[in-house]
Formats: sequence, C-alpha cells, structure tokens
Amino acid sequence: MTDWIDIGTLADIPQRGARTVQIAGEKEIAVFRTGDDHVFALVNECPHKKGPLSQGIVHGYSVACPLHNWNIALKTGEAQGNDEGCTPTIAVREEGGRILIARPASLKAAA
Amino acid sequence: MDFQNNGPETASEEQLFVPSEDVREHLVVVGNGMAGCRAVEELLARDKHRYRVTIFGAEPYVNYNRIMLSPVLAGEKSFDDIIINSRDWYSDNNIELIAGDPVTAIDRAAKTVTSQSGRTVGYDKLLIATGSDPFIIPVPGKDLPGVISFRDMKDVDTMLAAADKGGNAVVIGGGLLGLEAAHGLTLRGMKVTVVHLMDSLMERQLDEAAAWLLKSALEGRGQTILTGANTEEIYGDGKVEGVRLKDGTEIPASLVVMAVGIRPSTALAREAGLEVNRGIKVDDHMVTSDPDVLAVGECVEHDGNVYGLVAPLWDMCRSLADGLTDRHTGYRGSVTSTKLKVAGLDVFSAGDFSGGEGCEDIVLRDASRGVYKRVVVKDDRIVGAVLYGDTVDGGWYFDMLKKQEDVAEIRDLLIFGQAFASGGGALDPKAAVAALSDDAEVCGCNGVSKGQVVACIEAGNCSLDAVRATCKASASCGSCTGLVENLLAVVLGDDVQSGPKTLCKCTSFTHDDVRREIVAQNMRSIPEVMQLLHWSTPDGCSSCRPALNYYLLCALPGEYQDDQQSRFVNERMHANIQKDGTYSVVPRMWGGLTNPRELRAIADVVEKYDAPMVKVTGGQRLDIFGIKKEDLPAVWADLNAAGMVSGHAYGKSLRTVKTCVGSEWCRFGTQDSTGLGVKIERMTWGSWMPHKFKIAASGCPRNCAEATIKDFGVVCVDSGYELHVGGNGGIHVRATDLLCKVTTEQEAMDYCAAFIQLYREEARYLERTAPWIERVGVDYVKQRIVEDEAGREALRSRFLYSQSFSQEDPWAQRAAGADAELHQPLEPIAIAAE
Ligand code: SRM
Ligand SMILES: Cc1cc2nc3c(=O)[nH]c(=O)nc-3n(C[C@H](O)[C@H](O)[C@H](O)COP(=O)(O)OP(=O)(O)OC[C@H]3O[C@@H](n4cnc5c(N)ncnc54)[C@H](O)[C@@H]3O)c2cc1C
Ligand code: SF4
Ligand code: FES
Repeated sequence: MTDWIDIGTLADIPQRGARTVQIAGEKEIAVFRTGDDHVFALVNECPHKKGPLSQGIVHGYSVACPLHNWNIALKTGEAQGNDEGCTPTIAVREEGGRILIARPASLKAAA
Repeated sequence: MDFQNNGPETASEEQLFVPSEDVREHLVVVGNGMAGCRAVEELLARDKHRYRVTIFGAEPYVNYNRIMLSPVLAGEKSFDDIIINSRDWYSDNNIELIAGDPVTAIDRAAKTVTSQSGRTVGYDKLLIATGSDPFIIPVPGKDLPGVISFRDMKDVDTMLAAADKGGNAVVIGGGLLGLEAAHGLTLRGMKVTVVHLMDSLMERQLDEAAAWLLKSALEGRGQTILTGANTEEIYGDGKVEGVRLKDGTEIPASLVVMAVGIRPSTALAREAGLEVNRGIKVDDHMVTSDPDVLAVGECVEHDGNVYGLVAPLWDMCRSLADGLTDRHTGYRGSVTSTKLKVAGLDVFSAGDFSGGEGCEDIVLRDASRGVYKRVVVKDDRIVGAVLYGDTVDGGWYFDMLKKQEDVAEIRDLLIFGQAFASGGGALDPKAAVAALSDDAEVCGCNGVSKGQVVACIEAGNCSLDAVRATCKASASCGSCTGLVENLLAVVLGDDVQSGPKTLCKCTSFTHDDVRREIVAQNMRSIPEVMQLLHWSTPDGCSSCRPALNYYLLCALPGEYQDDQQSRFVNERMHANIQKDGTYSVVPRMWGGLTNPRELRAIADVVEKYDAPMVKVTGGQRLDIFGIKKEDLPAVWADLNAAGMVSGHAYGKSLRTVKTCVGSEWCRFGTQDSTGLGVKIERMTWGSWMPHKFKIAASGCPRNCAEATIKDFGVVCVDSGYELHVGGNGGIHVRATDLLCKVTTEQEAMDYCAAFIQLYREEARYLERTAPWIERVGVDYVKQRIVEDEAGREALRSRFLYSQSFSQEDPWAQRAAGADAELHQPLEPIAIAAE
C-alpha cells in the first residue's frame, strides 16, 4: 500500500529543470523533468555535501550538483564517475496528466 | 470519393446463413475494430468450427485498418484500399455482423448483451474489444461544430469536407496522430497550425534532438508549429472560428482537430461490474475478472500496461485465441516501436530511452544528410532507439531489442547499421577501415577519399587536427571523425598525436571550431548546434550546454532565446548559492559609491529577511548573506524600490568597477577616476562574457583601485589615461599588460568597449582575460584594438548593440513575477491512496 501525492502537472516543472516539494516532517524532495519529459524524484540533497540538487543543470538523465559539480543519476540517485555516494529516490508515476510521487513515509514503512 | 458510396454496412440476420439449430458455443464480440476482428481471425485459424460468432460494431462499416486513416486523409489511399475484411469474409465464416448498432449493456448474470436498437443477444463467451476514446481537453468551445478528434472514418469525412472549403486548421496535439492529421490537411490545401503543450514534438517517442529535426522539417513544409503552447479556449459563434492560447495568441480556424491522447473505452465493462483500472483488467489469456468475459486491444490493461499501438494487439490476439482453444501460451506484455507515417519524413522510435545506471548512449549525427540516430545500450543489450532521417535499420535494432541479443561483439559498429556491422565479418573498427578501398569516400562534405587521407597522414600529419588542416577530411561536419581517427591509428599505430582539447566529451570539436561553425553556418539554437556538429550525447552535459548558450547569445544579440536550463544555478537565480543552499545578494553600487537611501534599503532588507550577515566585499560593495530562495523576489523588489539593480556578483559577466577618490578629492588625483568608473560601469553592466570580468579606475599611479590586476584597468596620469589589460588577482596573480595611452575620457571608454567585445567574441568559455592574452599574445590584442582603427570602431559598436538588449535588470523582471515558479516549491494538492 503506497500513498501517492499529487504534485501537479508536467508543465509545472521546467524542461531540463526541477521543482521542489516540501512535506511536513520529511526532507525536501526535488522533482526533475528531463529533456525528453521523463520525471524523477530524489531527496534534494547531494550525497557529497548536501548540495540542493534541484538547482543543478539537468543533462541526459543526470543532474550536475550546483555546489561541486558531482553528477548524480536521476534514476538511481547514484553518484557517477569516480565519485561515490547515493541519494534516496522516490517513486513517481503519471496519471491522467497529473504527476504523483510516493509518500516517503509510507516508503519507509514498506521497506 | 469512392468510399462514401460504400455506405453503412449493416448485415441483417436474414442475409447471413446461420443454421437455426446451431448448438455451438456462442462467442459475441463487442467492437468491430482491429483487435476484435483479429482475435476472430486467429480463432478461426486455430479451429474454424468451434464457436458461433456474432460481432457488434458501433461504426457503420466492415472491419478496416484504422492506422491507414492517415494515408486516406493524405489522399494516398481510398477507403476501399484499407478494408481488412470485406462482407464476404463475414458471410464465408458464418459471422453475424451487427454494424452501426453499439452495445449499451452487458448482463453477466443472464449472459446477454443489449444494443442501442434494443436487440438482446445471449453469449457463452463475450469478447470486449471497444478500443479507445479520444481525449477531449475540457476547454470552452470544445463542443462547437467544426471541433473534432481523429479516430474513425467519420472524422476523416469531416476533415475532407472542411478541407474542400480551404482556409485554416488548428491541430491541438503534436504527437503521432496530430502530426499525421496536420500532414494530411496540409496536403489537402489547408493552412495548418499545430498547437503542442510540451516543448518538443512527439515527446513520448522522440528525444529533443530528433524532435528539433522534425519540427524544422515540418516548418519547411509550411506548417506553423507552436510548442509550449497551452490552449485556453476554442471560440466561435455557432461554429468554430479559432483557438485562443493562454498567452493571448489567437489563431483563426474553420476546423480544429483535437489529437491530445486516448483513453481506454471502459464504460461498458465498468457498468457491468468488471474489474477496471486504467483499462479493463485482464490476465495473460485476456480473461477479465469474469471467466466468461474476455477483453482485448486498447481497452485492456495487462500487468499495469495499456497500449495505443497495433503490434501489442497482435500478440494479445494470439494468446487469446490460444486460450479459447485450450492452448495456454499466455501473453507477456509487448515492447513497442513507432513510425511516423508522413511521406518523406522518416522517424522511428522504440523501447525505453529513460537511461539510468549502466545505460550508454551511442549517437550518430550526419548533418549533411539530416540524419540523427541514437541507440541506448545497457549490459550489452539494446534497450531503446531513436532514428531520424534514416530509419532503414529501425527493424534491425527493434528485433535485437525484443530478442535481448548480446551486441558486445558489434558494439563499435552498431550505430552504422546492419550492412556495416554484419558486413564482411569485420568487427574491429580499425580492421573495417583498413578493409575500405583506397577510393572509398571518407569525408562526404569535402569529398576526401581514404587514399587521400592515408597519403596526408603519411606525409607527416600525425594528429586529427593536422589532417583536418591539410586535406580537410573531418573539418566540416565532423561525422567522419571516428573514421579518420581509426585511419590515423591504422597508419601510425602508437605515434598518433592527440590534438587540442575538445570542448567536452560530447564532441570532437574544440571551442574555437564550435564558435567558428556557429557563425559560419548561422546556427540559432543549442539542438541545432548539436545536430550540425554531431554531438555524441542527446542533450549535452553541464560543460557544453552553458558554453553553447553563451556562444549563441554572443553571436545573435537580441535574437537568441536564452536557455535558462543551460545556465549554472547562480545565473539562473541571479544570486550566489551558498553551502547551505541559501543565496547571497549583492546590489550594484556604481563605482563603489553609495548614499543614505541605498544604505537604508540594505539595512532594512537585512532586518526584514533575517539575513545572518552583511559584509563589505573586496569589490567595493555590500553582500547580504543567507537569503532563502523563496524570499529572493521580495528582497529584489525592496532593493529595486531604492533604485538598486543586480550586481551580477554571480555571473560570467561584468562584476565590479572599482574606483578610487580621484581628482575630485584626493590631493594626488590627476583625473576624475570615480566619475570615469561610474560611466564605464553604466556602459558595461549586464553584459554576458566568457568568464567574469573586473574593471578598475585609479586616479594616479599610486593605483589605490588596484587597476593593474583587473581584466581592464585605467590608471589616470596628468596627460591622460593609461589603459591596462589582462590582469588577474585570484589563483595566479598576473599584472596587466599596458595596451596603450589615450588622452580623453571618451577614448578610454571606446577602447574599453572594443576590448570587451574582442574578448567576448574570441575567448573560450571560462577563459579569463589573463590566460586568453597569454594564449593569443598582447601584440595581437594591440593590433586589433590600437592599430586597426576601423576594426576597433566596429568592435565597439557591436558591443554597444548587444548591450542594448542586455541592460534590463534581471531582478526587476523577477520581482515583477517572472519565473515565479523557480522560487516556489510545488504544492502537493491531494493525497490519493491506492
Ligand atoms: C564576496 C567576495 C569576497 C568578499 O567578501 O570580499 C567574493 C566571493 C567569492 N568569490 Fe571572489 N569574491 C570577491 C572578490 C574577489 C576578488 C577581489 C576583486 O574583485 O577585487 C578576487 C581577485 C581578483 C580577480 O578576480 O582577479 C576574487 C577572486 C576569485 C576567484 C579566482 C579568480 C581567478 O581568476 O583566479 C574565484 C573563483 C572563480 O571565479 O572561479 C572567486 C569566486 C568567488 C565565489 C563566487 C566562490 C563561489 O563560486 O561561490 C565567492 C562567492 C561568495 C558569495 O556567495 O557572494 N573569487 N574574488 C568578493 C565579491 C566582490 C564583489 O563585490 O562582487
Ligand atoms: C489515424 C490513426 C493512425 C494510427 N496509426 C497507427 C500506426 O501507425 N501504428 C500503430 O501501431 N497504431 C496506429 N494507430 C492506433 C491503432 O489504430 C489502434 O491501436 C488500434 O486500432 C486499436 O485497436 P482496437 O481494436 O483496440 O480499437 P479500435 O480499432 O478502435 O476498435 C474498436 C472498435 O470498437 C467499436 N466500439 C466501441 N464501443 C463499442 C460498443 N459499445 N459497441 C460496439 N462497438 C463498439 C469502435 O467503434 C471501434 O470500431 C492509429 C490510430 C489512428 C486513429
Ligand atoms: S577566498 Fe575562497 S572562501 Fe573566500 S570568498 Fe573567495 S572563494 Fe570563498
Ligand atoms: S554537495 Fe554536491 S557536489 Fe558537493
């Protein structure tokens, strides 16, 4: 059983950009939209020094962290290249043009 | 038109031979479309006599090929050409067709269906194949006459009737269906505008690069394509007269085609109490939650997936017929591929290109042929492909994708296609080029053969760059770079010299090559540069995107549409990001001068927004730290109100102009260095540059403003102004070179403008003036700025022209509400449990 949270439409997120979502009691979430309109959600914290990933440059299926330019894979949250670390990902789905993300708390409960 | 004579096809019971004592199980099919009839065909092929079959169809026709409605609209086919099963097929197989009479209810307890005309028929097995309903966006005017969808023959008839009268049509939706409708209507003589909500066409099937090529080609055919366009209203008095967009644009039209998507047609099943999610839920044998009711086609949901293409239906129908005849093979889902059916435009896409861990893109771009190919490989298996311009290998890639074939062996040649990769067993790219004949053409742009390239290498050109410079191979579009590199390796072995550094890993070109080609080929957008210069990634990386954005901005002042998403966060937010994710804000203080009003405004901001620190910077102004992203627009509005604008402390742009007190007050001052500094800052602020740029003006050689470690420095002397260039504090301190001495303030300003423009046009992105001057030599700069008077004047006026577009305060725009969403989190609006 997953709680899904409706966060808006694709058009609310800039292409090759991101928006954030704040849910009481949870870490801020970054929701990314790629150049070909896939949507991914990650905790808005770089595994390096917690840089706000939502502010980075989105290229392909990665985001370059705005603080020290680590590249993070949007699908897995994994740092790429020689860097090591991983940011938690959040499930996303689209329904009737709306974007839904899994409520992080219920994810934890399910795990 | 011939198909109109074909008329409604209602076969009454008397017309068909149905043995009255037929005791076979009765299969009733709801939906005379592609899946329903295919399922019956598959069934007949397995066991011709097992079931008695009755088919209900809402449309008044025999079974036709829906996907061919596009060629019918385009005038390439007639309705007769697209009939799949004529009346003879129904009668030959004793199938009763009840066409033009939709089923309106299913009674599962009584095992009957009832149609609109009131006919009730009993079944042993029921097959629902109702397809999809077009999605109609709920805007005012959606029900006006002249607003239609594109789903069936009736819609095509309406479009043809409208096209006969000519005029304008609007197609809402730039997906496969919308573009095919637009194409047909264009061929039929209408002036067509495509209105697409997303930023790129066919965004589900194509990546940005392919979508850009497609858009350019369609525009070349006279269509108007509006992307990122949101429909607000369809207007008209009694019938459609046009479409109004959210931004206020009005597009007159006598016909509006809505092609924004489809929804599985599930109402009938839902009312009958069958389990329905997005589609009617079925198992691997197409059986619904009722064992006697099956469903197939676009109306079903299998394993969480619904499909909108025909290929999956064929697989479903096979499993369904197997199930009905007691062979339980089972359906396992489908991978799909798409081809656009627009004559002369070859577009293919398949599988998943959502990348992720372990995914690798192989990209080939051939600008001279207008070709773009991208194959996504994961763990040595193809997982997705997008092809534009040359789709002959689409089937080959798709086949390997479906079979999950290991492509490790042919990995290096994969992108060149089947003929190359499986030709002659030459699997090593070096062996493949070695095997080419001497007269084989290597570089299509410059007509250079392999023999000529080899001769050029043997004559002592041992690097890619040397080959490019000498025999021109790979010097234009670069698509043969790989071939030339392999030839170098074949001829020289380990003696190949590596050339200058490329712009980034996405391209084999250097910064200078890219800049030159942008101007020479008059390129106008980032996707265009990537296509014409054969980028090896679909949309670049965080190194090349900001560089390309700058190069285009510099080449096309006032015309280029800045790409915010290609800018580093500071330039996107107009503030400096801090280690904790807050921002620092530095308002401009012209020449380091300030006044009580500005100081008060800064003090108020510090208090009002709880800024933890305010500091005097090394650049003679004040920096307010710790401002939250959400508060930035309000902070800027407050500073604007006191007359202050952005200080660009965040930008690859003019930073500060430091001044000293000068002749106005200082006992040594020779000229008004303060006033000059302010004038220079007013002239230069807001300009985008390859890197940050700092200026200073000192009133005498004591040089209190440190002008000799600035990018451009002025040291005033009794007889005029010494102009210094290329200084740098920072990591490697470099004192300036003296450019020249001038006598008037105006000249100092003019030389400054010309110098900045030369730097803007010729330095590489992220190269400050100091390393740039060391690279090109101060004599070169003197020759361009001091000796060439006409050249200096031209540079100066180009700078001032470009400044006429960049001196709008970005803070004021944001404070007034522009891009507000960049500062606000999304609002989670509803919580849906599942
Ligand atoms: C605020 C300030 C320090 C201060 O408190 O005085 C400052 C702060 C930063 N400097 Fe600086 N520099 C500041 C004056 C200087 C100066 C002195 C000057 O301009 O007279 C220099 C040496 C002169 C020069 O640039 O040649 C200077 C040389 C650098 C460098 C090294 C540049 C180089 O070419 O080697 C960097 C790193 C870079 O740009 O890549 C840098 C980068 C930075 C960054 C932007 C680091 C970063 O990327 O986040 C700091 C931003 C802090 C912030 O959020 O505001 N800062 N920085 C000064 C702002 C001036 C202003 O009003 O805009
Ligand atoms: C213009 C166009 C171009 C296309 N091009 C392509 C393409 O290039 N490639 C591709 O793979 N796919 C293409 N498609 C999609 C393809 O046509 C569909 O995937 C396919 O037709 C789906 O088959 P179906 O049997 O599920 O639905 P349909 O073919 O729509 O059949 C459903 C039938 O059921 C009837 N029906 C609905 N409700 C009832 C009821 N209550 N009682 C009786 N009858 C009912 C409908 O009238 C319809 O005739 C295209 C579609 C269109 C419209
Ligand atoms: S000197 Fe270093 S720490 Fe200090 S402001 Fe400049 S970049 Fe930051
Ligand atoms: S915090 Fe992201 S790279 Fe350092």
